[in-house]
Amino acid sequence: MTVTDVSAPAAGGPTSGRPRRDTGPTRTTGRITPWLFLAPALGWLMVFSIWPSLNTVRMAFTNAKPLGGTEKYVGFENFSLILRDDQVVNALVNSVVFMLVCLPLLTVLPLLIALLVEKKIPGITFFRTAFYTPVIASAVVVALIWTFMLDDRGLVNGLAQELSIIQGPLPFLTDRWLIVLSAVSLTVWKGLGYYMIIYLAALGNVGKDLHEAAAMDGAGAVRRFSVVTLPAVRGAMLLIAVLVCVAALRVFSEVFIMTGGTGGAGGEAMTMVMLIQQYSRGFTGDLGYASALSILMFFITLVPLLLLGKLNGKGGE
Amino acid sequence: MSPVTDQKTPAVVPPAPAPPEKKTRRRQSKVFGSVTRRELVLRYVLLVLVLLISIGPFLWQLSTSLKSTGEDIYTRIPQLWPSEPTLDNYTRVMDAIPVLSFIGNSLFVAALAVAGNVVFSTLAGFALARLRFRGRKIALGLFLATLILPGEATIIANFVTIRNLNLADTLLGVALPGMIAALNVLLMYNAFRQLPGEIDQAAVIDGANAFQRFWNVSLPSVRGTVAVIAIFSFIGAWDDFLWPLIVLTSPDQFTLTIGLQYLSGTFANDQRMIAAGSMIAFIPIAIVFATLQRHFFKGIEEGGVKG
Repeated sequence: MTVTDVSAPAAGGPTSGRPRRDTGPTRTTGRITPWLFLAPALGWLMVFSIWPSLNTVRMAFTNAKPLGGTEKYVGFENFSLILRDDQVVNALVNSVVFMLVCLPLLTVLPLLIALLVEKKIPGITFFRTAFYTPVIASAVVVALIWTFMLDDRGLVNGLAQELSIIQGPLPFLTDRWLIVLSAVSLTVWKGLGYYMIIYLAALGNVGKDLHEAAAMDGAGAVRRFSVVTLPAVRGAMLLIAVLVCVAALRVFSEVFIMTGGTGGAGGEAMTMVMLIQQYSRGFTGDLGYASALSILMFFITLVPLLLLGKLNGKGGE
Repeated sequence: MSPVTDQKTPAVVPPAPAPPEKKTRRRQSKVFGSVTRRELVLRYVLLVLVLLISIGPFLWQLSTSLKSTGEDIYTRIPQLWPSEPTLDNYTRVMDAIPVLSFIGNSLFVAALAVAGNVVFSTLAGFALARLRFRGRKIALGLFLATLILPGEATIIANFVTIRNLNLADTLLGVALPGMIAALNVLLMYNAFRQLPGEIDQAAVIDGANAFQRFWNVSLPSVRGTVAVIAIFSFIGAWDDFLWPLIVLTSPDQFTLTIGLQYLSGTFANDQRMIAAGSMIAFIPIAIVFATLQRHFFKGIEEGGVKG
């Protein structure tokens, strides 16, 4: 650690005489010291976030290849190719369907679970931890588990046939829309615990006295939920809705593993990130095209974020 | 996994209230905070139901990994308990792929991620929250701005950077970009900011410099958030798939998730082996989380993760 060289004597000294502003901490150090604290983090930010953003834009106008070699400026060619690429259209449609199914499920179910684990009854820590377990497992592990369960002869098809819900096995892992739906169920299952925690934090901010006051006024459980709980978690709910939308655009490992990297027959169930990954390596790769896809993806993920800003501005009275 | 249960609370349902107390008990139940016996039973029934959904698939995979080749794993009525439990599938995974070296590779990447994120984001978070200097707001804004950037959008350019540093197909190349996450800097900033200003002023009067105040005064008070960051960094690095998939090409450099994908591609028809492989990747992380979960939930209550 090279942090020891920041222990230069504090040059500013206590600022007792100066009128203090409320914002920000007291000035008690020299000019250099804070930047020494910040240097590694800022350096990393420059090299692995800011520079790559600029470089992505630059590369999108070239024909850069994964294995290096000379790069040529190609103008807007990559972007005009995207517009004519059926796989990109497919990927975007998949994302939208994925998002529309995930959104209601992942904004409502985790809230119900959070309400279930909110009260500190005996053993609740065990349940909270267990409900969080799918979150900590790797998407690869989870996708392998679900691949086995959704197999033609797997648990889901077997049980459903045994209970006569379906006649023959459903092709969960080969049919385009069933792949998307399988990825949705996996994502919802894996995400429940994550969003549960966010709701739990929000519920923790609700004063008990509010509930008590409502109960004294004779409000039933349902009414208390709509009058006290819902307004309290409104912010968390908006945040979660946006997180779910952004996550829907970033799906990769689940579909990649469940389809063995193919994206189903003809790659119809491919996601945007799968396309980016596909173009990122080997002799057939094209970093210029992959960069153009990355830019497209960035702008699409911006939509839900801007929407959140707008809704937040409106709702925050 | 016994460390999971809360040791502070007894693991049994409290007995029903004695009859003389019944009256007060019922009146209390109208007030939020106490639970009637019927509600309690209903709650536990629902909890067990959600429990089955959330850990059932893991148990099913564990069970499959322990089934011998003589046992049908595709029965219509699922057999959760293996008829002849065996570790055979695990030894077969060990023979097929160098699992131990994959685990070593994953541990190396995860260790760098934890070290980098804990050290650098506490330093940066402290400076942003507790030191006053020109440019503080701009630095803070930079960290905030990168939050909206999805990592996948810069992954191609990051690969080019790593390739130009001659780190393509190396574990250092896998680990390097993940050693600081802007989110962690902001989490530390948030934690340091919540400490009262007085503790600093006392230390300043005592002549402590910025680093001494960081190390002796502020850092001990934010241990919960540091724990959350360490746990999340470890899990994130251990579970990551896309980035190592792009960076790594030689099998001897594979991390566990890449090795697992290789295993499932090569032995696609051997579900017992894939199950054993996925359990090898899952069980360590489950143990890490089960051991540290108290710090995790405490850190979150501290205000580490708030919308």
